[in-house]
Amino acid sequence: MGFVLFLLKRLLGLVPTFLGITLISFFVMHLAPGEPMSLQADFNPKMTPEMRQRLRAQYGLDKPLYVQYARWLKGLVHLDLGRSFSPDRRKVWDKIKERLPITILINVLSMALILGVSIPLGVRAAVRQNSLFDQVTTVLVFVAYAAPAFWVALLLMLFFGIELNILPVSGIHSLMGYEQMTTFQKILDWARHLVLPVFVSAIGGLAGFSRYTRSSMLEVLRQDYITTARAKGLPERVVIYRHALRNALLPLITILGLSIPGLIGGSVIFESIFAIPGVGQLMWSAVMARDYPVLMGNLVIVAVLTLLGNLLADIGYAAVDPRIRTGLQSEE
Amino acid sequence: MSERIFFKVSIAIFLILLFVCSCFEMGVYAQAQQGPCYGDAIVAGSIGDASNLIPMLSTDATSHEIAGLIYNGLVKYDKDLNLVGDLAESWEIRQGGREIVFHLRKGVRWQDGVPFTSRDVLFGFRTIIDPKTPTAYAGDFLEVEKAEAPDPYTFRVIYKEPFAPALSSWGDIVVLPEHLLKGKDITKSELSRHPVGLGPYKFRLWKTQERIELEANPDYFDGRPYLDRYIMRIIPDPATMFMELKAGGLDWMGLSPIQYKRQTDTEFFRRNFNKYKYLSFSYTYLGYNLRHPFFKDKRVRQAISYAIDKQEIIRGVLLGLGVVATGPYKPDAWFYNPNVKRYPYNPQKAKELLAQCGWKDTDGDGVLDKDGVPFSFTVLTNQGNSLRDKTAQIIQYRLKQIGIEMKIRQLEWTAFINDFIDKRRFEAVILGWTLGQDPDIYDIWHSSKTGAKQLNFIGYKNREVDRLLVMGRRTFDREKRKKIYFKIQEILAEDQPYTFLYVPMALPIIHSRFRGIKPAPAGITYNFIRWWVPKNEQKYILP
Repeated sequence: MGFVLFLLKRLLGLVPTFLGITLISFFVMHLAPGEPMSLQADFNPKMTPEMRQRLRAQYGLDKPLYVQYARWLKGLVHLDLGRSFSPDRRKVWDKIKERLPITILINVLSMALILGVSIPLGVRAAVRQNSLFDQVTTVLVFVAYAAPAFWVALLLMLFFGIELNILPVSGIHSLMGYEQMTTFQKILDWARHLVLPVFVSAIGGLAGFSRYTRSSMLEVLRQDYITTARAKGLPERVVIYRHALRNALLPLITILGLSIPGLIGGSVIFESIFAIPGVGQLMWSAVMARDYPVLMGNLVIVAVLTLLGNLLADIGYAAVDPRIRTGLQSEE
Repeated sequence: MSERIFFKVSIAIFLILLFVCSCFEMGVYAQAQQGPCYGDAIVAGSIGDASNLIPMLSTDATSHEIAGLIYNGLVKYDKDLNLVGDLAESWEIRQGGREIVFHLRKGVRWQDGVPFTSRDVLFGFRTIIDPKTPTAYAGDFLEVEKAEAPDPYTFRVIYKEPFAPALSSWGDIVVLPEHLLKGKDITKSELSRHPVGLGPYKFRLWKTQERIELEANPDYFDGRPYLDRYIMRIIPDPATMFMELKAGGLDWMGLSPIQYKRQTDTEFFRRNFNKYKYLSFSYTYLGYNLRHPFFKDKRVRQAISYAIDKQEIIRGVLLGLGVVATGPYKPDAWFYNPNVKRYPYNPQKAKELLAQCGWKDTDGDGVLDKDGVPFSFTVLTNQGNSLRDKTAQIIQYRLKQIGIEMKIRQLEWTAFINDFIDKRRFEAVILGWTLGQDPDIYDIWHSSKTGAKQLNFIGYKNREVDRLLVMGRRTFDREKRKKIYFKIQEILAEDQPYTFLYVPMALPIIHSRFRGIKPAPAGITYNFIRWWVPKNEQKYILP
């Protein structure tokens, strides 16, 4: 019961933050030079001034900014993100909806890969601090971190896609014959296409997480209760993974929560390189075209994800650390 | 004796040769016998996705490329850029060019089976001039006084004044299926993403930012296309696109000069691909703000033109894959005047001209000056166009040699246009124009087009050019028009409001299994529906 109340409070607290984000984004967005019609109208000999005015009126750009914001907010309350300013005039939600799943899928897979690799790596490096293993992994993860993602991606494509010819170069599924495949074949086909994008999007994250795990672990390992656990005669595995790691993971949860919005924004690089029709690309082209409704729609998604990420981090904290849970209960 | 042996040997050789030749001929014959056949698919690569497949609502190249295969116009350009009938069998021009009467083909059907009539053209026309339609193409149609469809196969249009570009405006953007759109809001129409046209290909599917697929229209009035399917894959990154080509995931893409010259010069590409080149419909120029005191005198502009080695730019930037531009048209157009004043690289002459205008290096710092003002200016260009960036650097180097300091600044496109071009806050720019198939360039050069947001942003004003531009729009006779535009090119070459730099080449590469591709002034796609693949080489076997 206490936990539900805690959750409700936190959720309510998010509403003003969310509104603040949208308000600031909306006004900052309009500070960028140019207007949505720029791409259609600028330097187009067939565009007359009247047509330009008419387009402005159709988009509601002739109204003052606060009116535009109020109108947008009104739509949002009705869960309507409006229609895109690009020539297709599609509903913003439709445009986002068709692209969101693939971006989320890749990010979840890549996050899983990052955690699956970097936590054991960090733990091992901490346990054998300054060993050869520690030093080699340090160098390797930093090389991976420093290498530009697009460059790594191109090298991998060249090697696996062309030299060895065992993986597809780009796209998310086969061009021909995909419709005739069985479900199992389809999954296999997807997997083959996703190997490289997931790997490339994960590679940069390895460094951060393995380093965080390592330093957090090192700190915990110095604690008295670890000495106690060892003194009790517990096997080293239990000491490390049950007693030490649990506590070491706490700060990681916060970082994890904070890195969620970054993943969406960072998607644009591998989405462009691997020709994956995801949200990152949509957002990028919306910025370039000054497509305000699509941009705001994306910002809403990112804002919600950020806030949820923070919330999840808090909840995760509570779940992992009994002190926080009990602290909450004793407060009431 | 030895002579006889020689004779026998030569007969033997002759026979062998004969045999080889006939084999060869048989081979050729066998292939010719096979003839064009149906089947297979072509996969093309595009950097950007289409936006809207109703052609009048979109302005991007990808949308028009796709829509061009689905829709047809009343007229079209043939391979030599002559205007010929498409849905119109013939047309008459009456009242000295004020009235055009189109006679339409009979028996043409929309892809959903409904017959095509003149009402569809009238509907398209009414839609395009409707203020509620957000189209960039209404301009030409606002010159129309009256349009009518007296019977299903006749369409008549009367202009306020004779308007020569009128005929070509009746292309594929203005013919719409009335039965599917009437009474509906065109901006919310299904047709934006599921077009129904009259053309050689039918829409199959569109996965946003992934691919668009079209299939052959078996009932196309001009004969079914040979290739069963056309697939456009959207690959935003040019490097990835090139790798897909190598990996076999693409059959057709446009190459950059470096890819054309160096990266595809391998055995693999020679065996599997054919490369083509033709002059693209565009040119790149150095434009001056003619309101700026530096550039008011035409001798200064001429001097800069002499100081720039255009051949060097073409060699360095385009790796030779382009030609020098001498005016606002590409050299293989019928209205191109080859005999205008040219500005070959001549730094000595440039210096003399500048000296005549009073530009001398009085303080010995290597930069010319006049009345204490050094000749230093900034050229603006848009970010992300490496060709223009390199061009700017070569020009910078050459101008420095004659004592002019030129700085380069790159700007994001929208900011560039809105904050600098529209507000006239620039000294010089490096930009390009895409060319149409009609010589009309009124919007770019007429002195009435120097206002805000208009295209004569450099502020060029020449009475004679103004008069000729208007005349060119009123004249239908091709020979007379040619004379008018020849004269305009002569004046522009003398005035040098731009230093015309180069016309780059389009460099498509296509898999070698495709036959029937014949480059022409119009490019290669004019006969796309006649491209074919021999049965034994077909790659994609479709159900």
